[in-house]
Amino acid sequence: MIAIIDYGAGNLKSVRHALKELEIEAFITTNPEELEDASGIILPGVGAFGEAIEQLEHMGFIEVIKDQVDRGKPLLGICLGMQLLFDKSFEYGKHKGLGLIPGDIVRFESSVKVPHIGWNQLEVTETYIDDLINENIMPLDYVYFVHSYFANPHDQQDILFQTEYGQTFPSAVKRDHVIGMQFHPEKSGRVGKQLLLNFGEMTK
Amino acid sequence: MLAKRIIPCLDVQDGRVVKGTKFENIKDVGDPVELAKRYSELGADEVVLYDITASYEERNIFLEIVEQVGEQVHIPFTVGGGIRTVEDFRSVLNAGADKISINSAAVANPDLINQAAQKFGSQCVVLSIDAKEIDGEFRVFVKGGREDTGMNLIDWAKEGEDRGAGEIVLNAINTDGVKEGYDNQTLRLLGEQVSIPIVASGGAGSMEHFRDVFVEGKADAALAASVFHFNEIEIASLKQYLVEHQIPIRQG
Repeated sequence: MIAIIDYGAGNLKSVRHALKELEIEAFITTNPEELEDASGIILPGVGAFGEAIEQLEHMGFIEVIKDQVDRGKPLLGICLGMQLLFDKSFEYGKHKGLGLIPGDIVRFESSVKVPHIGWNQLEVTETYIDDLINENIMPLDYVYFVHSYFANPHDQQDILFQTEYGQTFPSAVKRDHVIGMQFHPEKSGRVGKQLLLNFGEMTK
Repeated sequence: MLAKRIIPCLDVQDGRVVKGTKFENIKDVGDPVELAKRYSELGADEVVLYDITASYEERNIFLEIVEQVGEQVHIPFTVGGGIRTVEDFRSVLNAGADKISINSAAVANPDLINQAAQKFGSQCVVLSIDAKEIDGEFRVFVKGGREDTGMNLIDWAKEGEDRGAGEIVLNAINTDGVKEGYDNQTLRLLGEQVSIPIVASGGAGSMEHFRDVFVEGKADAALAASVFHFNEIEIASLKQYLVEHQIPIRQG
């Protein structure tokens, strides 16, 4: 059973609907204690970094998430949920994140249209070409993005997929059993479903 | 590379998809949930659900449709029509929508753009603008294209961007429903003035029109309704055609 964290950041339903169609059992929770019994955790997110991290703190999720990850539980951060995995963000000021993956969240350069909205392509890094998470994902498959900021991991080995948008940026990261996807797998049709299925396999 | 998007638009009235010409002569098209699902399977990149009645009595029927689309369709979808407050934003986003399109409400209360962008993020705030050429100048219209606000299109688009809109939809009233192509000149001009994505709306009648709106109009996405609803253009064939014309398009 995968726990989807509800901290008021909206659009949790679409994640649950997509998992349901894949016959992956999941539940939405506002209670940090319920993460303990889950086989995996999904941290979704739409909105602003500062407000999100404050809300997670307020609801008592931060320490529990870190603790569960320490115990080896797979965690998937989606969109803002991916950005929250990092040390800090520069969106509207400077905010501290969960610190599960070393790196910062930065804004796109103004040479491209921001937000980066629409379907763009994935290119897997050498590190993860044979990884289970890349199973049945074809080179240059399209997924759906909506964001103005992206993650910059300090360690290149943490990059799972890269995408071109004015520059090459990390569109997904993976460090052990912690995964972050900047795009929305739950809104990315066939390719997105495959990625959720692959994450589901990791939780078994 | 970022793909150009093809977006079918579903105008919903009393729980059904309908289609009119130049905002008039309404015809019944079908069930919104079925249609959204079919378009998604055919390769649509997004869908738009537009509540054209937007009366309080019909609101719950519409939200129920939004819920069902969210449940069954796994591509992004935008909801528009009748959204006037931050609370309206919340209820539609909670029902499962990814983006909210505002038009007359933003003209009446421009602060709504700022408030919604701060609360839910710019990515979900779409500023939809109905524009019409009057004496060589493009002006912003409201009330379904019936009322001239006197505002200049470019000025309003720039203001919308500054206030936090994440995307602009340009509905050219002159070309809407007449199927003679999008207003590429205005789209291009608008694209040079703002740095957020632009969605073209109004005027699609052939596959060439889609190619032209991306090449000449420099639009990021093209929205259309009747050509898809009445099977005049099939989405998968359209995408194949665009790929053959070297336009970055997502297939399958």
